[in-house]
Amino acid sequence: MMNEFILGLPLYIAFALSVIVILIDSFSGKNKTITFYYTIISFVAIIASAFYITTLPLDSFTSIDKTSLITKGMISYGGYANLFDIIFALGGLLTILAGMPYLRKEFDDYKEFYTLTLFSVFGMMVIAHANHLIMIFIGIEIMSISFYVLSGFIRNKISSIEAALKYFLLGAFSTGFLLYGIAMIYGATQTMYLNDITASIQSGQANLYFLKIGFALLAVGLSFKMAIFPFHQWAADVYSGAPSIISGFMSTAGKIAAVAAFVIIGKSMLPELPQDALSDVAIKTKEYIANAQMIIALLAAVTMIFANIVALIQKNIKRMLAYSSISHAGYLLMGIVANNADGWSGIIFYSVAYTFMQIGAFVIASILEKNDNYLNIDDYSGLSKKHPMLAGAMSVIMFSLTGMPPFAGFPGKYALFVSAIDAGYTWLTVVAVIGTIISLFYYIGLILNMYFKEVGSVEIGEIRPGTATISVALSVLFVLLLGIFPGFIIDFAVKLF
Amino acid sequence: MTALFITLFLPLFGAILLLFLGNNAKVIKNTALGISVITFIVSLFLYFSFDQTNPDFQFVYEYIMVSRFDAGFRIGLDGMSILLVMLTTFISPIAILSSFETIKKRDKEYYFLILILQFAMTGVFVALDLFLFYMFWELILIPMYFIIGLWGGKNRIYAAVKFFIFTAVGSLFMLVAIVWVAYYVGTVVLHLPGGFTSNYFVLKEYTKLIPANIQGWLFWAFALSFFIKVPLFPVHTWLPDAHTEAPTPGSVILASILLKMGTYGLIRFNLELFPNTSIEYASIISSLAVIGIIYGALVAMMQTDFKKLIAYTSVSHLGFVVLGIFSMTLNGVQGAIIQMINHGLSTGLLFLCVGFLYERRHTRLIADYGGIAKVMPKFSVVFGIAMFASIGLPGLNGFVGEFLTLIGAFESKILNNHWFTIFATTGVIWAACYLLWMYQRVMYGTNDNPLNHNLKDLKLSEYIMTVPLIIFIVWIGIYPHTFLKVSDLSAKQTVNKIDMIKFNRQTYELPTLNKNIENKDLENNTK
Repeated sequence: MMNEFILGLPLYIAFALSVIVILIDSFSGKNKTITFYYTIISFVAIIASAFYITTLPLDSFTSIDKTSLITKGMISYGGYANLFDIIFALGGLLTILAGMPYLRKEFDDYKEFYTLTLFSVFGMMVIAHANHLIMIFIGIEIMSISFYVLSGFIRNKISSIEAALKYFLLGAFSTGFLLYGIAMIYGATQTMYLNDITASIQSGQANLYFLKIGFALLAVGLSFKMAIFPFHQWAADVYSGAPSIISGFMSTAGKIAAVAAFVIIGKSMLPELPQDALSDVAIKTKEYIANAQMIIALLAAVTMIFANIVALIQKNIKRMLAYSSISHAGYLLMGIVANNADGWSGIIFYSVAYTFMQIGAFVIASILEKNDNYLNIDDYSGLSKKHPMLAGAMSVIMFSLTGMPPFAGFPGKYALFVSAIDAGYTWLTVVAVIGTIISLFYYIGLILNMYFKEVGSVEIGEIRPGTATISVALSVLFVLLLGIFPGFIIDFAVKLF
Repeated sequence: MTALFITLFLPLFGAILLLFLGNNAKVIKNTALGISVITFIVSLFLYFSFDQTNPDFQFVYEYIMVSRFDAGFRIGLDGMSILLVMLTTFISPIAILSSFETIKKRDKEYYFLILILQFAMTGVFVALDLFLFYMFWELILIPMYFIIGLWGGKNRIYAAVKFFIFTAVGSLFMLVAIVWVAYYVGTVVLHLPGGFTSNYFVLKEYTKLIPANIQGWLFWAFALSFFIKVPLFPVHTWLPDAHTEAPTPGSVILASILLKMGTYGLIRFNLELFPNTSIEYASIISSLAVIGIIYGALVAMMQTDFKKLIAYTSVSHLGFVVLGIFSMTLNGVQGAIIQMINHGLSTGLLFLCVGFLYERRHTRLIADYGGIAKVMPKFSVVFGIAMFASIGLPGLNGFVGEFLTLIGAFESKILNNHWFTIFATTGVIWAACYLLWMYQRVMYGTNDNPLNHNLKDLKLSEYIMTVPLIIFIVWIGIYPHTFLKVSDLSAKQTVNKIDMIKFNRQTYELPTLNKNIENKDLENNTK
C-alpha cells in the first residue's frame, strides 16, 4: 500500500494539489499572487517527484502485485508515464510563467487561469498513467473541459469565445467517437484493461471485426485531439482565437497528451505477434495490425504535406504556428506508425523538444502582441533591431522547428526517422523530408522578416515581458541543450518501454 | 589530440566569448582575429605532428553521444582532411581581416557568426560519424544564411534564401540516406544491440553488403547533397547569386572552403561507402563535370559583373575536381585534392582583389573600370597572379591540379574514354579567354572614367591578406610535392578500394600499418 503510494507519487501529488488549490482559491480573497506561486510550486513538485520515480530501479514497478492495489491496476506506475508527467508539468510551468504578465496586459489574470492549468495537467497525467480505457477517457475529459474554459478565457473578446465554442462542439463530438470506440473494444475483448486487451488479441480470442471498428473509432477520436488531417479544421481557428499563451499550452501539452494516449493504445492494440504464429486468426490479426499501421502512416503523410503547404500562405503568426503544430503532429505520428520502442522513445524526445519550441514561439508572440495587434508576420519586420534578444530567441526556435542541428528539433527528427525506417516505412521519412523542405520557406521566412527587412509601417513598441522572460530563456536553453546532448533523454526513454 | 581539440573548439569558444564583450567594435574585431590566428598556429602543431607515413586516420577520438543509435562524437584526420583543415584555419583569419573594412554594421553578430562558421567547417572535415557530420554540415547554413542576408548586396535576401533552400534540400535527402545506411548495417548486417550505427569506420567496411539497387538510391541521396554544394552542373544556380550578393569575406569563405565540403564529401562518403555505384555512374557524373567545365567557362565569359564572373569560374574549376574524383585513379584523386586547395587559394585571392576594388569604387561592373593598372600598379600585379593561378599557368598552383586531374581522367580505365579529357582540356583555354579578357578590360585600356583617376594602391593590411596566399600559390606551383605527399597514402587507399572491386587487385602498396593506440581501441570497440 505504501509502496503503491510512492510509485504513483507524481499522480497523487498532482491530484492532492489540484484539490487543495480550490480551497486556497476560496480563502485567499482577491490575492492572486498566492495562487500563482502555489501553481508554480505544484508543477515543480510534480517534476521533482517524477524525477525521483525515474531514479528507482525498473523492477520495483513490475514486481508489484496488481490485485492488491487500490486502483486495481487501472493505473500504471513508473516507466514512460513519468517522462510524460515531466513534459506536461514543464508545459504547465512555462505557461503559467508567461501567462501572468500576458493576461494582466490583455485582460486580467483571474485565479481560475492557474487552477484550470493545474487541472488540465492533472488530466494529462491521468492519460499517461492509464492502464484502462475508462482512465484514458476520464483523463481526456478532465483535460478538455479545462481547455474549453481556458480558450474562452478572455471573455469580452469575440474571437476568444468563438474559439471556445468551436473547440467545445468539436471536442464533444470527438468524445463521442472515443466512447463508441471504447464500447466496441469492450465488446470485442470483454475487458477494458489494456494489458488484458493485448493478451486477448495475442491469443486470438478477440473478435477482430469489432476490434477493427473500435480501434478505428478510437483513432478518429484521438486524431481530433491531435489535429491530424482530416480532423484538423478546428485547430487553426481555435489556436488563433484563444489567448496566445493558452494556444501554446493546448498545442503542446494538450497535443502530447493525445499522443500519449495514442502511444498507450497503439502499444496495447497493435501488439507484436510471434513470428511463427501461423494460424488463421494470427495471420488475420497480423493483417489488421499491418493495415492499421499503414492507415496511420497515410494519415501522417497527408498531415505533414497538407499542414506545411497551408502554413506557407498564412499571414498571421498564430495561424502559422497552428498549422506548424499540425504538421508536427504528423511527425509525431511516425513514432506511432513504427510501433516499437525506438518510435516511442523518439516520441518522448520529440515531445520534450517540441514543447519547448512551440511554447517558446507562442510566448514570444504573446509578449509582442497587444490587443490583437502585431500578430501579422509582416509586423515582425526589422524586429532584430529593436528587440535583438527576442528575435534571437525566435530564430533559434524557428531553426529548431525546421529540424536544423544543433537544435533540439534535429535529434528528435532523427530519432523518429530511425524508428520509421526500422519499421520499414522509408517512404514515410521521405514524405517527412518533403514536408520539412516545404516548412523551410515559412520558418526561414519569419527569420528573414526579423533580420533582413527594415521596420515596416507597423512598429512594435515597448514590451513588458515580466516573468515571460523566464519561459523564453528556459525554452531557448533547453532547445540548445537537448540539441547538443540528445543522448540523455533518448537513451533513458528507450529503456522504459 | 589536444591540438585537434583546440583547432576545432577554439573558434566556438571565441564566438561565445564575443557575446560577453562590450559593444566596442575594435575589441570585437581584434578578439575575433586573435582567436582565428591562434587557431591557425595550433593547427600548425597539428600539421607537424601528423604522421605522413601512416595511411590510417590519426588523432582519432570517440565519445558516444546517443548510445541508442550509436551516434558518437567521433573525430580524426587522414591525409586529405588535414590539408582541408589547414586550408580552413589558414583562410579564416584572412577572411576575418578582410572583414575589418567591409563590415560596417552589427560587428558583434558578424564576428560571432564567422567564428561559428569556422568551427562548423573544421567540424565537417574532422567528423568521422555520419550523425556528427550531418550536424556540422547543416550548422554551416545558419551563419552563412545570415552573413549573406544581413551584410550582402542589393539582392541579398533572394540570394540568402536560395542558398539556404538549395543546400537544405540536398542535405535532407542525405539525412534519410544516412539513417538508412546506419539502420541496414546496424540491424541487417551486424545485428548490433541498438540495431544502428553511424560510425564511419564500421559503415565503410560493410556498406558493400547493401543490395545493389538500394546502393544506387543511397549513392544519389548523398551525391545530390554534395553536388549542390560543389556545385555541379545543373544544380549550380544558387552559387552565382550567393557569391555575388555575399560580402567579400563571405565570398572568400564560400569559394575557398564551403565548396570544398562538397568535393570532400564525394571522396569521403560516395567513393568510400558506395564504390560499386560510384564506378557504375562515373561516366554520367564525369559528363556532368565536363559540361560544367565548359558551360561555366562560357557563361563566365559573358558576364558583365566581376563577382558573377568569378563565381562561374568556380563552377568550371570544380568541374575539374569532380572529374578527377570520378576518374578514380591516383593521379585523378590526388589532383582533385590538390585542386581543392588551389581553388581555395586562387579564387579566394581573386575575390579579395575584387573586394579591394569594390571598396574603392563601389561597383562591380567590369564596364565601369579601365586602365586601373596605371593608378594601381601593385594591385594589378597581385590581381594578375591570382588570375594566372586561376587560369592554370605552369609555375603557379592551378596548373598542377588541373594537369593531374586531366592525366587521371585520361588514363582512367573506369571512364575508359578519352573524350572526357579532350573536352575538359578546352576548359583551360576558355579560362584563359575569359580571365585575360576581364583583366584586359579592367586593368588596361584608357582610364576615362574620372572616378577611377584617384584610386589608392594597396594598403599594408591588404598586403598582409594577399602575400600569404601568393606564397602558397607559388609554392604549390613550383614544388607541389610538399602537399601531394600528405594526402598520398589516403588517396592510394581510396583508389585501392575501387580497384579491388573493379579489377580485383591492389594497385598501390601501402606501408605496413603500425597502428597507434587509439586505433586499436577503436577496433576493439567496433568488435
